[in-house]
Amino acid sequence: MQYQSTLRQAQGLATTITTPPIARSLLAIVFAFLVFAIFIAIIGRDPVEVYSKMFEGTLGSRVGLSEVGVRMIPFVLTGLAASIPARVGLINVGGEGQLYIGAWAATGVALYVDLGTIWLMLPAMAVAGFLGGAIWGGTAILLRHWRNVNEVISTLLSNYVAILFVDVFVFGAWKNPTGFGYPYTSNFEFESILPTIADTRLHLGLVLPVVGIIATYLFLSRTRWGANMRAVGGNPDAARRRGIPVLRYIIIAMLVGGGLAGLAGMSEVSGIQHHLRPGISNNLGFMGFLASWMANHNPIALIGACFLIAVIVVGGDVLQFSGNLPSAATLILIGLVLFSVLGFRKLERKIE
Amino acid sequence: MYNRIKNLSLFSSLFTRSSRILIGALMLVAVLALAACSSDPTAAPTSTSAPQPTESSPGSDSGSVTATSPSSADLAGGSTEVFLQGFEDAAAGSPFRSTSEFAAAAKPLPAGEKLKIGFIFVGSQKDLGYNQAAAEGSQYLERVFDDIEILRSENIPETADVQAVEEQMIRDGASIIFATSFGYSGPTKEIIEKHPDVMFLHMGDVEAFENYGAFFGNIWQLEYAAGQVAGATSKTGKLGFIAAFPIPQTLLNVNAFHLGAQSVNPDVETTFVLTSSWCDPAKQATAVQAMVDADIDVLTQHQDCTKTIVEAAERAGIFVSGYHQDASPAAPNAWLTGAAWNWGPVYAEIVAEIRKGTYKSSVMFQGLDAGWVQLSPFGDFLDADVKQTALDTVESLRTGSFKPFTGPIKDQDGAIQIADGVVPTDAELQGTGYLLEGITGRTN
Repeated sequence: MQYQSTLRQAQGLATTITTPPIARSLLAIVFAFLVFAIFIAIIGRDPVEVYSKMFEGTLGSRVGLSEVGVRMIPFVLTGLAASIPARVGLINVGGEGQLYIGAWAATGVALYVDLGTIWLMLPAMAVAGFLGGAIWGGTAILLRHWRNVNEVISTLLSNYVAILFVDVFVFGAWKNPTGFGYPYTSNFEFESILPTIADTRLHLGLVLPVVGIIATYLFLSRTRWGANMRAVGGNPDAARRRGIPVLRYIIIAMLVGGGLAGLAGMSEVSGIQHHLRPGISNNLGFMGFLASWMANHNPIALIGACFLIAVIVVGGDVLQFSGNLPSAATLILIGLVLFSVLGFRKLERKIE
Repeated sequence: MYNRIKNLSLFSSLFTRSSRILIGALMLVAVLALAACSSDPTAAPTSTSAPQPTESSPGSDSGSVTATSPSSADLAGGSTEVFLQGFEDAAAGSPFRSTSEFAAAAKPLPAGEKLKIGFIFVGSQKDLGYNQAAAEGSQYLERVFDDIEILRSENIPETADVQAVEEQMIRDGASIIFATSFGYSGPTKEIIEKHPDVMFLHMGDVEAFENYGAFFGNIWQLEYAAGQVAGATSKTGKLGFIAAFPIPQTLLNVNAFHLGAQSVNPDVETTFVLTSSWCDPAKQATAVQAMVDADIDVLTQHQDCTKTIVEAAERAGIFVSGYHQDASPAAPNAWLTGAAWNWGPVYAEIVAEIRKGTYKSSVMFQGLDAGWVQLSPFGDFLDADVKQTALDTVESLRTGSFKPFTGPIKDQDGAIQIADGVVPTDAELQGTGYLLEGITGRTN
C-alpha cells in the first residue's frame, strides 16, 4: 500500500515534470505510427519508405500541402461545430447532417437566386448555408427542451434524415437534365464558385475556418459571455443561480455550431464540387467531431488535430499508389491515432 | 474540475495562453503561403498552347472515331515484339498527325527511369467486375512493357476527390492517367488545362480534347449475342436488366440485349431498373428479388461489382447473363453466358502510340474486330443450337456482315429513332439516349 502510493506519486511526478501534455500527445501519435509501421511490415512493405512517401506527398510538395489545406477547411468548421456546443455541455454529433443541409441551402441560392455578381452571390450562399445548418442543429435543442430528447441521439439520427432530404432534391427536382441520370444538380455558374488560390484546388473558403477559429478563441477566452458559457458547461445549476440565462446560451451555442457546419457544406459545394450530389461529404462531419474530441474542444488545439487528420487522409491517397497499400489503410491509421491519443489521456488521468 | 481536464487536452498546452492565437493563425497562413508560392521546382514546363476541343461529339463521326492498328490476332498474344511490330505497321498507315504535345510520355526515357502511368478505379480492384477487368488490363501493361510503373488508386468516388488523386499522381511523375469510371469525366476535364503535358484517358466519354482522349469497347455486340441466349432460355418471356445510371453506354447495352432476345422470341419483354450506384450489393439484392416477384426468369446487369446479382439469381433458381467478367463458377446452374472485356491489349496499344508520338486524342470505339471485347463461356446445360446461334452472331458481328441496329428502330414511345435502312455509326450508337419498344423503364 505504502509502496503503491509512493509509486503513484513518483509516476505522477515523473509525468507532470518530464512530460508535459503536448509531449504526451505527441508520444501517443508516435506510438500510433509505430504500431501502424508494424502492420506495414507484416504485409511486406518497408515502413520507412511508406512513411517517407506519405510525408513527401503531403508536407513535401505544393500539391500535397494545398490538398492538406483543402481537407482542413471542412474538418476545422465541423470540428468547431462540435467544440462550441461542447463548451455549454452539449454533444453535437450532427455535424455531418448540418453540413449537408448547409450545402443544400447554398445550392438552392446558387441555382435559383441570381444576384448577378460574385460579390453578392458568395455571401448570400454563405448566409444560406449558415442558416440551414443552424436551423437543422437548432431542432435538436427544441427536442431537448420540450420533449427531453437527448441531443446526442437527436443530432446523430438527424444526420441520416439530412442525407435523405438532400437525396430527395438531387434525385428529383434539382437533377441536372443533361447529366445522364446521375443524381447531380447542374454545375454552378462562375458567380457561385469560390475562387481557387494559386492554381491549386485550395479555395477562398479557407477564410471561413481562419475567421471561425480566431473569433471562437477570442469570444471564449476574452469575453464575459465566453466565461459564462464555461460556467454553463461546468455546472448549469450553479450558473442558473448566478443569474446566467442558461437556455439562451445553449440555444446560441447550438445554432452557431450548426451554422459553422453548414458553412462547411457551403464551402464544399462552392469551392470543390461545384454542384450538389449525394456523398459530397465523405464523413467530413464525423471527422470534425473526432478532431474536436482529440483536441478536447479547444479551438487552437483543434487546428493541430485537423492538420493531423488531413495529413493522414491526403497521405492515404498517396500511399495507395506509391506505397501500394489498400484504401482501408487510411482508416486504420486514423483509428490507431484516435485510440492511442484517448488511451494516453485516460492513462494520465489514472496516474494523476 | 474543468481546469484539470483542460490540462490534459491534446494540443492545448503547447502554447501559452496569450500566444496560442498567434501561432494558430500563423499555421494557417503558412499553409496558405506554401500553397501560394508559385514556383515549384518539380513542376514540368508548361505548354504554351491551351487545349482546344477537337471536333468530336456523338453526332460528328468523321475524325472522332479512329480505326486503330494491330489485328486481333496480334492483340491476343502477350509478346512485346508482336505488339511493337503491330504499332510500327499501324503508325506507317496512321491517318493522324504525330502530336508531340505529350513530350514527357513520348520521348525516350533516360536509362533506369520508368514511365509512370496512373490508374484510378471507382471501386475495388477485386470486384469480379468492371474495376477488376480494368485492373487486370493494367497488369497486362506491366507484362508488355519493361520500363513502366503503374500507380493505382481504388475506391475513389466520382466527385472532385478524383482531382486530388490525379494531382498527386502527376506530382509523383505520372504522364499518362487512365480515369476508368464514367463519372470521372466532369472533374477530370476541369483540370486538363492545368496539365497540358499529361495525357488523360477516360473510359466512356463521348468528347475529346487536346490532352484528354476517350475510348470504350462496343460491348453491346456481345450483349446482343447474350440476349439471343437469354431470349431462347426464358420460359416466361420476361427479361430483367439491372443498371446503375441511364448513361448512353448502358442504354445501348439494354437495347442490344433486348434486340438480341427479340430476334429469337419476338414477344419478349425487358424490364430496366436503376440502382443509382455502381456497386451497392443491398440495392442489387432488392432489385433481383423484385424481378423474381415480377415473373422474370433471366436477368443481366450493368453494375461494377457483379457477384451479388449472379449469386442471387442462382439462389432464386432463375438464369443470369454476366457482364464485365466471367463469373460462371459462382452460379453453375444459372450462368448462361456474358459480355466481357479484354482491356489489356487496348491499354497497351494506346500507351505504345502515345510513346511513339502517334497518338491523337480522340473518341475511340472498337469491338469484336479489334479484340476489345469477348464472349464469356457458356453454361454447361445450354443446348448446342442455342450456343451455335450465339457463336454465329458473334462471328458475323466480328466480320461486320451483320448490323443489328439497322433501321427502322423504334423507341419505347413508338417513335422512329433510326430510320428505315439507316445503319448508325459506332459513335452514334454510343450516344444512345432512348430505350427500345418492348423495354419498361426510364431514361432519366
